[in-house]
Amino acid sequence: MANDHDEKGHVADEDRRDILFLGTGAVGAVGIASAVWPFVDQMNPSASVLALSTMEVDIGDLEPGQEMKVSFLKAPVFIRRMTEDELASAADEDVSGMPDPDPRNPNATGSVADVQDRLVDAERGIIVLTGVCTHLGCVPLGDGAGDYKGWFCPCHGSHYDSLGRIRKGPAPENLPIPVASIDGDILKLG
Amino acid sequence: MGTIPQEHYEPKEGTTSKWINDRLPIMGMMDHLAKFPTPKNLNYAYIFGGILVLFLVIQIITGITLAMHYQVGEDSAFRSVEHIMRDVNYGWFLRYAHANGASFFFIAVYAHIFRGLYYGSYKAPREILWIIGVLIYVVMMATAFMGYVLPWGQMSFWGAKVITSLFGAIPLVGESLKVWLWGGPFVGEATLNRMFSLHYLLPFVIAGLTVLHIWALHHVGNTNPTGVEVRKTDIETVKKDTVPFAPFYVTKDLFAILLFLIAFAFFLYFAPNYLGHPDNYIEANPLATPAHIVPEWYFLPFYAILRAITFDLFWIIPAKLGGVLAMFGAIAILAFAPWLDTSNVRSTSYRPIYRWWFAVLVIDFFVLMWAGAMPAEGIVPMVSLLGTIYWFAHFLIIMPVVGLIEKPLPRPDSIEQAFKQKHDIIDESNTAGGVAAQPAE
Repeated sequence: MANDHDEKGHVADEDRRDILFLGTGAVGAVGIASAVWPFVDQMNPSASVLALSTMEVDIGDLEPGQEMKVSFLKAPVFIRRMTEDELASAADEDVSGMPDPDPRNPNATGSVADVQDRLVDAERGIIVLTGVCTHLGCVPLGDGAGDYKGWFCPCHGSHYDSLGRIRKGPAPENLPIPVASIDGDILKLG
Repeated sequence: MGTIPQEHYEPKEGTTSKWINDRLPIMGMMDHLAKFPTPKNLNYAYIFGGILVLFLVIQIITGITLAMHYQVGEDSAFRSVEHIMRDVNYGWFLRYAHANGASFFFIAVYAHIFRGLYYGSYKAPREILWIIGVLIYVVMMATAFMGYVLPWGQMSFWGAKVITSLFGAIPLVGESLKVWLWGGPFVGEATLNRMFSLHYLLPFVIAGLTVLHIWALHHVGNTNPTGVEVRKTDIETVKKDTVPFAPFYVTKDLFAILLFLIAFAFFLYFAPNYLGHPDNYIEANPLATPAHIVPEWYFLPFYAILRAITFDLFWIIPAKLGGVLAMFGAIAILAFAPWLDTSNVRSTSYRPIYRWWFAVLVIDFFVLMWAGAMPAEGIVPMVSLLGTIYWFAHFLIIMPVVGLIEKPLPRPDSIEQAFKQKHDIIDESNTAGGVAAQPAE
């Protein structure tokens, strides 16, 4: 690495300058990126919001045919205990012809939206649904509303059946089921 | 654009730069800013302008992000600040950066103001540049005060009450004015809400004033330690006195910013509450005043002046009003420096008498800061009063009188000459076989 002098007598040591320039730039870029990260991350859910992400509901008093609605993560969750008749007729239906055969259930083991994979507790016939229409986010009406005796969204006329599966109307998917588990009479959401 | 001849921006034919510049001359403006001829002899007293711009940006960005989580309101403000500290991702970082950022903003602004006073930056033709600077400082103080109220701790509440009560001292309208400021007969919800609204607004006023400040600076050009103006005859002469702002002063300012940020980071990470008051971690209680109530350190000199007036001024102004007038007057008097200073020498380096008085002014500033932090008992009231008298005497008596009686030292003919002379001195001392001590700037 030779140090040449230009006509003004300046040392023209370009290799050294390049290294200094790139090194300074690299350290500066890392520093700026580290400084920017907190300003991005502060918009992510805070600890107090994350603390809301599980919830326990006592469903011991729920009789067949009854439905309850709870607020979970600022969205309605429908919890319904199906009657024997509803369970029996739902078991006879053919899923393959429905608009959305996917169970939309993170707790499911199978891949078909049948009774087994739409219920959180198949024994007692408990279905848990996030009550947000998959069309544009309205809250559907329950208690056997609509052409399929399940839920009906008044905004744009989507009909869901007793297992919350889309049957008719503009909604593309079945009502989603939240992460949920049952321990005795306690339903744990999240 | 300015009075200093500068090479005109000529974009090449057919380039995007030219297309844009023909429609909006923003490329020309950027070019003007980047290549602005800056005196080549600026020392480290001149680094604070760049630091101040950076801290205005830091305060605005941290402030906007804090406002995403802060909940204004008597019942929610204090709780939401704790929520920021405990729950929000990096919330502690944002809040400590904002609180300590205010302190470092003021450190830089005081250094910038005293630099201006020492090197005569207020003198013709820079009076408007200087006055805009004083306005920025006043709006900064208002912004900082309102921001301190927002956490709604004990110091917030009582600071808000005491400072707004100052306006109650104004004759005739004082009481009504106070109620108007508070939005009721007490400091409460309404007061807090308006403080938040204005605390969000004023930084953008500062940003606007900063644009005017820099515009004025680029019109008249920087001062420099010699106080001799850049020769403006033609571009070739200008080049002998100056260097382009980029890359020379960009690099130097960045280096200074780096050192300043290291000091800032030390406080942010290792002593984030050192400059604050523990009482502000107690929620506001309108029924109990903290035992020793003091403002943030950057208000202390003027707080000392407020408390120094304990007697009726000139037999007609009651002490309460006198203190308020003295406090605001002590700040406002800065704006009159261009006309109070009768000397035609810009830089204090060439003013053998005035430089001592300048040193006394700086000491006076720190003495007042100390007095403002102490409880008003023992010698403190007397020290505050003497400090206050000197502050006003400096501007009203010493500045006009010294300018008339002083015989200034010989000044260089040009920045170029001063620059060469300085380097020749170094060369001579080198040939003499030792490094001679440089005379202090």
